Amino acid sequence: MSVQIPYIDEPHPVTGVTNAKLGVWLFLASEVMLFGALFSALITLRLGVNDWPHGYDILNVPLATLNTVVLIFSSVTVVMAWASLKMQNLSRFRTYMVLTILCSFIFLAVKAVEYGHKFEHGISPATSNFYAIYFVITGLHGLHIIGGIIVNAYLLGPGSRMWKTQPERFTGRIECAGLYWHFVDLVWIFLFPILYLL
Amino acid sequence: MASGHMSVEEVKKHTRIYWVIFSSLLLLTGVTVGISYIHLPFTYAVILALVVASTKASLVALYFMHLISEKAVIYFTLALTAFFFVFLIIIPWFIPWDFATH
Repeated sequence: MSVQIPYIDEPHPVTGVTNAKLGVWLFLASEVMLFGALFSALITLRLGVNDWPHGYDILNVPLATLNTVVLIFSSVTVVMAWASLKMQNLSRFRTYMVLTILCSFIFLAVKAVEYGHKFEHGISPATSNFYAIYFVITGLHGLHIIGGIIVNAYLLGPGSRMWKTQPERFTGRIECAGLYWHFVDLVWIFLFPILYLL
Repeated sequence: MASGHMSVEEVKKHTRIYWVIFSSLLLLTGVTVGISYIHLPFTYAVILALVVASTKASLVALYFMHLISEKAVIYFTLALTAFFFVFLIIIPWFIPWDFATH
């Protein structure tokens, strides 16, 4: 016997949003606290010492700027993928989703180059408090990028079969995946100046 | 109006806004990087960097995540999150840093 989860493709009469969407927002709230704790750790480490390095002196600002642009562009493509479904255009949805996933891989490749340079010079999380928090926060953010790639690739591939039978529900799934992806972008918007430019 | 109930015409209008927001985000990224080359005093640099980052984050949240027209339950969830987030960020300022010398 299968149990149908209520209000996943139509708004709940009490909240006014689908349970799926509310669930994603609650998940994102927990993610805010996760990254908030790490930002708090960063501030704690920074306030505890007098000599803290400037990010622009020891990190690669041009590469990080490139990654910022890539991630911002992917935020537009994922919202355009959702908008394409709202306009009943599946092929355009696919194009935008492919672009989103491509941007995710570019971001990871650039990050890998950045990490590679550090490791080549013998720099690791054990080098200093700055590098410890740098690798932890950017590493966790990178894991979120990988999570996003898995979800988006599923929705582009086998998950898109739902479009034929339940288009509203599929559009809702893309909206939820998009919310997660925008959150990943939001985290980077703060990480970039705090780690690289101060 | 929440994003789930937009008509096709409304979505079309929104797609134009998305590209305008994208251009604004690129511009603000340029501003962020530009500010870092000025090498302002640390406090001013932090305040300016956070103001620009918050502006960018607001644009993403309001337009891409459709928070500009969301339901009250989402706003309530986020307000509660924001309260605890601020609490987390304030904690380090109350740590007595001279404890190591005692």
